[in-house]
Amino acid sequence: MHVVIIGNGIAGITAARFVRKNGDARLTIVSSETEYHVARTALMYAYMGDLRESDLKPYEDDFWTKNRMELVLDHATDLDTAARSVQLASGRRLTYDRLVLATGSRPNRFGWQGEYLDGVQGLYAWSDLKTMQRVTEGITDAVVVGGGLIGIELVEMLRSRSIDVHFLVRETAYMDHLFSRDESELIHRQIDRHGVHLHLGCEVDRFEDDGNGRVAAVTTRDGRSFPAAFAGIGVGVHPRTELAEAAGIETNKGILVDRSFRTSAPDVFAAGDCAEFRRPLVDGRTIEQLWYSARRQGRILGLILSGKDLSYDTPVFYNSAKFFDLEYQTYGSVPATDDAGLETRAWQDGTRLVRVARRADTGALAGVTGFGIRLRHDVAATWIRAARRATFSGQDVRELAFDPEFTSLPHNDIARELSAWT
Amino acid sequence: MTRHTDTAVATDLTLRWLVRGTTATAAILLLTAVFDIWPFKPLASTGTAMLLLAAAVTIEVSRRSGWRSHRIHHRWAGMLTGLGILGTLIAISGVGQAWPIPMFGLGLGALTVGSTWMILARYRSTPEGVDNHGVMTNPTMNRGAAGWMLGILMTGFYVLVYWYPSALDGLVRTTDWLSWAMRGRAADHWFMYSLVYTLAVAVFGIRAWYRYRHVKYQRLRTLSVVFVQVILAFVLPSILVLFQQPEFYFSYFWPLKWTYLWPGDYGMGWILADSGRLGMFMIGWGAIMSFVATPILTYYYGKRWYCSWVCGCGAMAETMGDPYRHLAPRSTASWQLERWMIHGSLLVIVVATAVLWINSATEGAMLGSLSGAFAQTYGFLFGSIWAGVIGVGFYPFLGTRIWCRYGCPMAAILGLQQRFFSRFRITTNGGQCISCGNCSAYCEMGIDVRWYAQRGQNIVRASCVGCGICSSVCPRGVLKLENGPADGRLGRPVLVEWEDVDILSGYD
Repeated sequence: MHVVIIGNGIAGITAARFVRKNGDARLTIVSSETEYHVARTALMYAYMGDLRESDLKPYEDDFWTKNRMELVLDHATDLDTAARSVQLASGRRLTYDRLVLATGSRPNRFGWQGEYLDGVQGLYAWSDLKTMQRVTEGITDAVVVGGGLIGIELVEMLRSRSIDVHFLVRETAYMDHLFSRDESELIHRQIDRHGVHLHLGCEVDRFEDDGNGRVAAVTTRDGRSFPAAFAGIGVGVHPRTELAEAAGIETNKGILVDRSFRTSAPDVFAAGDCAEFRRPLVDGRTIEQLWYSARRQGRILGLILSGKDLSYDTPVFYNSAKFFDLEYQTYGSVPATDDAGLETRAWQDGTRLVRVARRADTGALAGVTGFGIRLRHDVAATWIRAARRATFSGQDVRELAFDPEFTSLPHNDIARELSAWT
Repeated sequence: MTRHTDTAVATDLTLRWLVRGTTATAAILLLTAVFDIWPFKPLASTGTAMLLLAAAVTIEVSRRSGWRSHRIHHRWAGMLTGLGILGTLIAISGVGQAWPIPMFGLGLGALTVGSTWMILARYRSTPEGVDNHGVMTNPTMNRGAAGWMLGILMTGFYVLVYWYPSALDGLVRTTDWLSWAMRGRAADHWFMYSLVYTLAVAVFGIRAWYRYRHVKYQRLRTLSVVFVQVILAFVLPSILVLFQQPEFYFSYFWPLKWTYLWPGDYGMGWILADSGRLGMFMIGWGAIMSFVATPILTYYYGKRWYCSWVCGCGAMAETMGDPYRHLAPRSTASWQLERWMIHGSLLVIVVATAVLWINSATEGAMLGSLSGAFAQTYGFLFGSIWAGVIGVGFYPFLGTRIWCRYGCPMAAILGLQQRFFSRFRITTNGGQCISCGNCSAYCEMGIDVRWYAQRGQNIVRASCVGCGICSSVCPRGVLKLENGPADGRLGRPVLVEWEDVDILSGYD
């Protein structure tokens, strides 16, 4: 059996790894982005000089030959689902028994004037890193648009080179759809401490041309203008579906798949950022665009391709981020504000914050979030899965904490605060 | 607004002046050599001048290739440090013998104060948190021209200390006053070396403290290595000498300090000869540390209790070596070589110790009078070349733990125990790893930490010295050094979110 995978991001690579773990299929991975799989999550560290570009490869180069995976640096231009073949830009044609579309996504743009000027870009692919390195060389001013995880990463990257940054966020508090007010404030303070000019409730109107096709400034809807030799955009991503669409595979926002990642074409599968589930997942979402979810999807797909009878379901949700020096981890559901279904309690001490959520009707633990505190994944997930009562002892907090040795945490105080439901 | 450009321009200007100043000093030194002007010594002056010219070329090359990431945070502190380096070299060129105390002030003194000041200026004003920005692009830290220069200088210093100590006499004399005060006798090159080593650990200890001050584990560990180096490896041995006792180091044990349990004059003979009862205590202390305390501590805490909390080699690696930790070889081949070499080294020490004791018990039946020569050759090969010249001199080429990885018999035996009989492990936090690679890149032992972290597997490796930097640099809080129950610490790779599938398919 020949499995061809389009895309060497985490979804495609994880699928390939699990196909190989469970069998002998021939594996070909096509990517026009990089020769070897790189950790997309570490692009920022390569830019900041924390890592060498070679450090971004999670596997040594001989890993691929050892595991008999053929890596093809090429672009898939056309897909013929009847002939079961993929046309590559170089002229090569690959025939497959199973095809995986793991084409990922690309940064959103919203039709702003000047949004394709030189120096205006998102941060998603290897090429974005290379472009950003080139266009920010020696510049002094930049603007970043979009108060999400990529937005703040772009800000941190630029600050590492002492570039003056105006950070434009549409919401009135950073990530207010996910974070409560006190949590957003923690991040505002981080942003401030690193010398960034944060503008909340600020929307972009247009990107100004310097006369040579390069961005010179960003003008906001309220008429302000910020000088910018670079404008980073972090306002979300959308699935890359063009290859599937051209082949007549059903798409909506993403490539439509069932819970076994099957698309509308026989033996063609899609997973990761580019896939959209026909039936919503437990929490109502149909597209998952986290690195973690792509890895999980890739694994289940790899097992399915190896003949296992599985269907995809979301686990206890988890995610993590780092806002400058502030680490963030979250497990389960922790809403930004108490709603009918969930209520929350928090303990806070300076930059450290723990918040738990419980179901209003049963009192069961629904989720837990930590800022500046590391939480043990398996403990949090096990408690949430078991719908444990959301009251804690000091010992519970000790079990949950994952901070380095000698970190002083007032476990008993935390337990008391988090258990004091009214 | 234009801070970045200002800093870059300022740095460039400073570097230009540095090149001019260095070249001018070299020219003056050459003149003193040509006309044999007292107190300069022609040979030493010429040597120093050549070194300065090489430095000028290096700085110029680095400057032209865009030495931007190297920002000078406080001009006066930078100049004082530069003066200290220059003063040290000029002291070596002969002036140190003529004016020892002023040259100490202008040399090692200025270097210590200046570099401490630079470190404070650099780190006190920046927010707490990991800041490795530019580490991988800075030529001094990445085998650029300046890195090569530094490596050659450090290696050269070791070569002189071991083989041509008389060349360093000018510098040794500047430390006489301290040696008299501490030990009641004039300095020799070993005292000077010990002082320089201790100052390096202390000054760069301040740097390590500030860099990782947001993690208490790192603060305590840094305090520990600096304390042990300053007190147990410098002050206490000096005081012992002052009271006519053997110069004994309470922080080194067999098999790292193999001679402490070797028979004869090259072994513990000299300890007992100089001092009866205290000598017996020292031998007893060494033996108990080697055979009782070490296994117990390693069982509970892993080899880190020694390698990154106590050991002087570790102290140097964790402080002055910190800027070079990412240079550790990390290929599979380097790991295979490491296993052969370090266990070979342990084997050699164990066999040598046994042979020397049999030889001693049989009154020279095996080696005869050769035993002294054998012990000496051995000490030279391992102690000098391996631990010193390559172990520290090569920091800017091969990273900081070359000796610890490829040579140290103590690391080998602690490692074997850590791997097979200890409670220590590094735990990974479920599925939170994002495969970014910071842990692997900054592992000074060249362990591919990410390989474990991204599959959610505990890290139990013989070579891990438990410095904890992987945990500190991880942007997702995935790694935690722990001493848990020894049972099941290897574990299977656990990614908790995958449990459902695991039940269906069986893992691996």
